[in-house]
Amino acid sequence: MRKVLLPTIIIIAASLLVIRIFYLQIIDDSFKLKSENNAIKKVYDYPERGYIYDRYGKLLVANQASYDIMVIPREIKKDLNVGEFCALLNITVEDYNKRIAKATVYSPRLPSVFLSQLNKNEFAAFQEKIRKYEGFYFQKRSLRDYEVDYGANIFGFITQVNEKLIAKNPYYNSGDLIGKQGVEESYEEILRGIKGVKYIQKDKYNREIGAYKEGKYDTIAVAGEDINLTIDSELQKYGEELMINKRGGIVAIEPKSGEILALVTAPSYDPGILVGRQRSKNYTLLYHDSIAKPLYDRGLLAEYPPGSPFKILTGLIALQEGVINEQTTFMCYHGFSYGGGRFMKCHGFGPHQLHNGIYNSCNTYFGQAYMLTINKYNNPGKAVDVWSDHVKSFGLGQFMGYDLPTGKRGNIPTSKTYKRIYPNGGWRSSTIVSNAIGQGEVLMTPIQLANMMATVANQGYYYTPHIIKKIESEKIDPKFTTKHVTTIDQKYFPPVISGLFDVYNKGTAYALRVEGIDICGKTGTAENYAKINGKREKLKDHSIFVAFAPKDNPKIAIAVMIENGGFGATVAGPIASLMIEKYLRKKITRTDLEVRVLNKSLAAEYAKLGGMTDALKIESVPKDSVLQAKIVKPKVPAAAAAAKTEVKKTAVDTTKKN
Amino acid sequence: MRNQSVKNNIDWISVFIYIALVTLGWLNIYSSSLLSTDGTYQKQLIFICCTIPLIFVVLFVDGKFYEKYASIIFGVSLLSLAGLFLFGKTIAGQRCWYAIGSFTLQPSEFAKAATSLALAKYLSDTQINLKETNRQIQALAIMLLPVMLILPQPDPGSALIYSAFILVLYREGLPSWYVWTAFITIVLFMLTLILEPYVVIIIAFVVLAIIHFKGRAVDRNIILSAILLVLISGFVLSVDYVFDNVFKQHHRDRFNILLGKSVDMKGIGYNTNQSEIAIGSGGWIGKGFLEGTQTKGGFVPEQHTDYIFTTVGEEWGFAGSFVVILLFTGLLLRVIYLAERQKTKFSRVYGYCVAGILFIHFFVNIAMVIGIFPTIGVPLPFFSYGGSGLWGFTILLFIFLKMDANKVNEW
Repeated sequence: MRKVLLPTIIIIAASLLVIRIFYLQIIDDSFKLKSENNAIKKVYDYPERGYIYDRYGKLLVANQASYDIMVIPREIKKDLNVGEFCALLNITVEDYNKRIAKATVYSPRLPSVFLSQLNKNEFAAFQEKIRKYEGFYFQKRSLRDYEVDYGANIFGFITQVNEKLIAKNPYYNSGDLIGKQGVEESYEEILRGIKGVKYIQKDKYNREIGAYKEGKYDTIAVAGEDINLTIDSELQKYGEELMINKRGGIVAIEPKSGEILALVTAPSYDPGILVGRQRSKNYTLLYHDSIAKPLYDRGLLAEYPPGSPFKILTGLIALQEGVINEQTTFMCYHGFSYGGGRFMKCHGFGPHQLHNGIYNSCNTYFGQAYMLTINKYNNPGKAVDVWSDHVKSFGLGQFMGYDLPTGKRGNIPTSKTYKRIYPNGGWRSSTIVSNAIGQGEVLMTPIQLANMMATVANQGYYYTPHIIKKIESEKIDPKFTTKHVTTIDQKYFPPVISGLFDVYNKGTAYALRVEGIDICGKTGTAENYAKINGKREKLKDHSIFVAFAPKDNPKIAIAVMIENGGFGATVAGPIASLMIEKYLRKKITRTDLEVRVLNKSLAAEYAKLGGMTDALKIESVPKDSVLQAKIVKPKVPAAAAAAKTEVKKTAVDTTKKN
Repeated sequence: MRNQSVKNNIDWISVFIYIALVTLGWLNIYSSSLLSTDGTYQKQLIFICCTIPLIFVVLFVDGKFYEKYASIIFGVSLLSLAGLFLFGKTIAGQRCWYAIGSFTLQPSEFAKAATSLALAKYLSDTQINLKETNRQIQALAIMLLPVMLILPQPDPGSALIYSAFILVLYREGLPSWYVWTAFITIVLFMLTLILEPYVVIIIAFVVLAIIHFKGRAVDRNIILSAILLVLISGFVLSVDYVFDNVFKQHHRDRFNILLGKSVDMKGIGYNTNQSEIAIGSGGWIGKGFLEGTQTKGGFVPEQHTDYIFTTVGEEWGFAGSFVVILLFTGLLLRVIYLAERQKTKFSRVYGYCVAGILFIHFFVNIAMVIGIFPTIGVPLPFFSYGGSGLWGFTILLFIFLKMDANKVNEW
């Protein structure tokens, strides 16, 4: 029946259309909502972001008003005086045309940002005349106002939310601001508050005709809460000044509470440069500097073999396992031989017990003690696991759970590590003896080193390091007030501490003593390599120093790591001593050390790694530093031409002094 | 001869449906372009007024004129399509228009009627038997000539319309396997895009096996079944290959939206998403004339042209959409009914062509707007904004109504 085919198809097709339309219009009601989204305008009321104070209540971060100029392209009048308009906003006519074109592409009838983040002065002139310019209006926003020029890594910054997050978190809309990095990120929800929403009904001409359903669904904005950080702002500022022309990190912790007193990374930048119209340009420069990495928080992220400071743990564990006591003596012949004719070098000579073993930093002593610890068990795998558990009870080899958004685990090897490296077995204490002196497979970050020192200062316990001191109306996370006790008995700590004390009195840090303050410390160096022109080259060691003070009733524990700084006592040690004095006395008596540190520049060393990039061209020089005058321009070898940006920074330093 | 008056013999049912569709179309164009300053609805009103003299001319030309001059009309139409390559005006990347001042004319809209006349003329020869392969090729050639000229403009939407003629040829004796092949090809194509190619091949194997063993023993031909399976497998694999390697991203996107695969709703998926929102928010009786918030907000692009049905859906709801679909279905069935009662083969074939062309437009357009067909630019007859389209469809329909009114004279 050839006649019926077409009519049949027509009827089937029409039924299909009707069914689908029935489904869209009657069954699936999700479209009604979506259409209301289009026809009902939501207006958000953004609360002011909470302020950030330091531990003593000094205001660090506040807010400033800023203005976005918005545009609805199709509402612009044709007789707009573009020249006058551009002059008011200080933009060129080409720029104007470009921005209007961009807004029109987005939508001719929906508002988009024409010019963002104008400050009060830039906006004032324009505000009086804005009524004249139909199609343009402004939106007030609150931006960060940094009261200080340091602490960028601690604060983080504010940025627009990205599409990915908008899709994931329904709170945020396109164009909203969100904290990134630092406490702005970790305390985002507390600082930001909750935005209010007003629903406004639009008529068929897209005009606003009042509140939707008499404001039944409107919500009121909840203001952001202020927070106090545990940071001592003076100490933080001082730490950043000491780090000028160096790369590395400083972490200072109050042992009794786990509060982070200072968290310094270098190079850093003035947090103020990431606010306002220059923001994105500056951020791009910082972001693309892959060598100096100003956005990389070395205090939290830099993982290195810790070197000698790790001997403290080697000693404590050997005592706890009962394989040595305070009197146990090992002979050092500028080192010692162990399994298969291998030899561990040491700078010392003669008999060593625990006490002088620590202050002389004797490799022989701790190598032997470590081998005894491992050999105590018949099975090296089990022994390593016992040792590993002891080490981990100091919070190492794991994310510590502090309240900053970045971190690294570090690494503390276990039997599994060695099963992977030596799948056929055959490894024993002598194979892994480098762990004794903080090399081999051991990796730690500066904050882990600082926490280790805090634990030693406390003689066997620590609180999870944290940066939050107080939240306006909330208690801080109880995990920061929970004591973590190590697996080492308290009685084994005093002999080790007394050894650390003599590091300052007789040992490697003798020159760094501060009159009247009993400091316990330990130097360290970390070997490091870099690929330079395709060749693996050994670079100057990273300089490491850990300390706490005063010896009795410790108030501060500190770890300092300086990239390519050389021996621990040369750069890191003086910085640690100065920081401790600054914190305990609020002034400096070792001014000789201070001048030496401030003038020390490692620019020539870093130049070997390749060119400094544009990021450091941003002038991020301390504005109100009393120390500026003490900085002397370092001599940079001609070979280090690549380091010219670093030099430029210093040049600015010196001009400021005049 | 009192019956010769066109007024008394014209099929008034079709004319009323035509007037209803054009009127509803204009009301919806008015609503969707009320806020625009381009004078869209005013222009459409002028176009509609122009159809009145056009209809009179079509109706008062001698009834035999169309049959006599079908080949010439077809030739002129082909020339006008070919001329686009030399004198055409490019709008939005398509070279489909002649521009005379600010006025543009789209010859492909008129080519549909011309091709219908040519096909009707060819088939009306009593010697023609579509069982013969030669005849099949000649008939297909008439159909494909304008397609060849339209495809490179590029205007795949207009080219797609010509597939309507397959249904006409079938009515006139084209072997049924043409229709089956076309149908199976489309089903396989869609299945391959939704499922993995090997799954489709397995399904084809099972179906063929069932047909093979359920059929009468005499009809069983293992070799034929095997060849079919190989052909199907080859087709499925090549579709998969063409889709991934030959299609451009925007082609793939159009299919992916339809198949519900993830697509960026602010980019390519925007049209379909917004038109579904507009229609879906209509409910039973819609938001009322001029009350559509989606329509007013200008959220649906091209709303007065290809997406005009969204305004119907939003402002008149399910009731309005149903009435429009009913009107179209009524007109199509009426035209087929009229075609079947024609006394000459020429006017019957032509009637079928009219029904086929209007049907493909109607179905593809609405199916696209409600998201069950890929985004292809095909206007809704009598509804969508545009002079060429309106006039093309009017001429197409009224030539047939003239033939129908004239039939009493053709003893």
